[in-house]
Amino acid sequence: MTAAPVPRLPGPLLAARNILTFLLRVPTSAFGLVVLTILIVTAGFAPWIATHDPYVQDLNNVLQAPGNGHLFGTDELGRDIFSRLVWGARITLTIIFLVSIVVGPIGLIVGTTSGYLGGRFDTVMMRITDIFLSFPSLILSLAFVAALGPSLNNAIIAIGLTAWPPIARLARAETMTFRKADYIAAARLQGASPLRIIVKSIMPMCLPSVLIRLTLNMATVILTAAGLGFLGLGAQPPLPEWGAMIATGRRYMIDSWWLVTFPGLAILCVSLAFNLLGDGLRDALDPKQMNRR
Amino acid sequence: MSINHLRLRSALGQAGTIAVTLLGLLMLTFIIGRMMPADPVRAIVGEEASPEIYQQVYLQLGLDRPVWEQFLRYLGDVLTGDFGTSIRTGKPVIEDILHVMPATMELATFAILIGAGLGIPLGVTAAVNKDRWPDHLVRVFSLFGHSMPIFWTGMIALIVFYAGLGWVGGSGRMSQFYIGMVPDRTGFLLIDSLISGQFDVFASAINHLILPASLLGYSSSAYITRMTRSFMLDQLGQEYMTTARVKGLSRGQTIWRHAFGNIRVQLVTIVALAYGSLLEGAVLIETVFAWPGFGQYLTSNLIIGDMNAVMTCVLIVGVIFIALNLLSDLLYRLFDPRTK
Repeated sequence: MTAAPVPRLPGPLLAARNILTFLLRVPTSAFGLVVLTILIVTAGFAPWIATHDPYVQDLNNVLQAPGNGHLFGTDELGRDIFSRLVWGARITLTIIFLVSIVVGPIGLIVGTTSGYLGGRFDTVMMRITDIFLSFPSLILSLAFVAALGPSLNNAIIAIGLTAWPPIARLARAETMTFRKADYIAAARLQGASPLRIIVKSIMPMCLPSVLIRLTLNMATVILTAAGLGFLGLGAQPPLPEWGAMIATGRRYMIDSWWLVTFPGLAILCVSLAFNLLGDGLRDALDPKQMNRR
Repeated sequence: MSINHLRLRSALGQAGTIAVTLLGLLMLTFIIGRMMPADPVRAIVGEEASPEIYQQVYLQLGLDRPVWEQFLRYLGDVLTGDFGTSIRTGKPVIEDILHVMPATMELATFAILIGAGLGIPLGVTAAVNKDRWPDHLVRVFSLFGHSMPIFWTGMIALIVFYAGLGWVGGSGRMSQFYIGMVPDRTGFLLIDSLISGQFDVFASAINHLILPASLLGYSSSAYITRMTRSFMLDQLGQEYMTTARVKGLSRGQTIWRHAFGNIRVQLVTIVALAYGSLLEGAVLIETVFAWPGFGQYLTSNLIIGDMNAVMTCVLIVGVIFIALNLLSDLLYRLFDPRTK
């Protein structure tokens, strides 16, 4: 099946709509979109969706199996697990948002400047990214959190500090392909400073691929955040962070399986959704793939 | 002559790069170590020490010297193999780590065998059936492995296969009953139990190893599958594949002898890199399975704030990563005739 020839797109909005249609046509990426929409809606309307207060303890009602007014059961302090998951969606979304606004700009600035300026500066910056890349992200985040002290904010900072190198690499590679372009030379001849060229001419060109890469990285970010929470280095109790919920539920897991099962499923769904969506986005923006479908 | 000269230069360049990266690694662990809010002197002398003793240890640690001098001192210590003493065990950190490393290597080696054994055939299948249902199936299966929080999957697997079905052993490297029965020779339980001829211990060890190793292997197979698929697609699109078919070779022969033969070198490098990233999963899975290895050592020291131990662990992970990168590079050069 060949798609109709794609007309020249008049605006970014139309492009976004085309990408969205493409994503929705493939079942896997459609699933990703649906899960993320649910996540955002849940986080936005948490007070209305949650059936109970996520922090209120009910010691007469501890470790209740799912049912009986508690959709996913209750935990060791009698708190409603479903409501905690719903409020936990806010924490997950906060992590995603904060990490993105830390990692995106750092990666973009490091990558574009080092790609455009080249020379010594480039060598030094790339050595630094190499050093960061020589650790698995969880291990380096562990080290940072250990130094900063365990808390949700520090976990976010630590993940941010470890997640920028791949973005910088990508932005640098993109910049290298534009650096010799005629329009950059024209801007330089007009007397534009390097700073102006980087900010006005190069960064906007790198933005789309950086955004895709960020989407793909979010799956890793969520798993790392959950892992830190599980190890007791991320969000602290009583915050309903999913990884931390699994950590406390671990003691009761043999008799009360629902304590760990539901938060884990939530993490799995969101991380899978980001992976599927990133995969779909890559296909959607790859012209070769577009024609084949 | 000139080719040799060029090769020497590239080798020297690479050695220089590695040296700089290692130095940076040390700088990073040094900086992280300095950032910590805990007082290193208090950690040694305790809360009740007099100001004189505190001052003495403070000077002993060189904390009154400028930062760059402290860094040089740290560098010198590390280069002479002194990574500091563990606050908890009172033994040199490096000794502790060498003691726990075999348990992790045993786990990681089994995991990578499972990961490669699963990932490579799946990747080839996906590539051969590109855009048909086996390809989609493999894609979802491997993305699943890539997306699961491994500590959670570990718990679910324990609930199902240990508590529920009773198919495998629970946490630890062997049943409680056998602990201390096998003399510690190599540290690798499977080898030690075979040497001393205790086959029931060997069976118990396998029984405990199989679940965490399978989970780690599954999670690493995602990456191996994806890379195998893309390497195979590259080969299958080449013209020599058509030539081979025209020559009268069967489809299986062209796929396995020609295309797969050409990607073997690339696969070796990928598997080497995947082995390194297993360490990350090992930290979490060892915590869940109470596996007395490197990962558990790291996390238990994180919790009590023993920074000497933590930073040494981080440093070792970094060094292992760099070494594996180098190894995969060397393997590539060794096996690929074109790079000669």
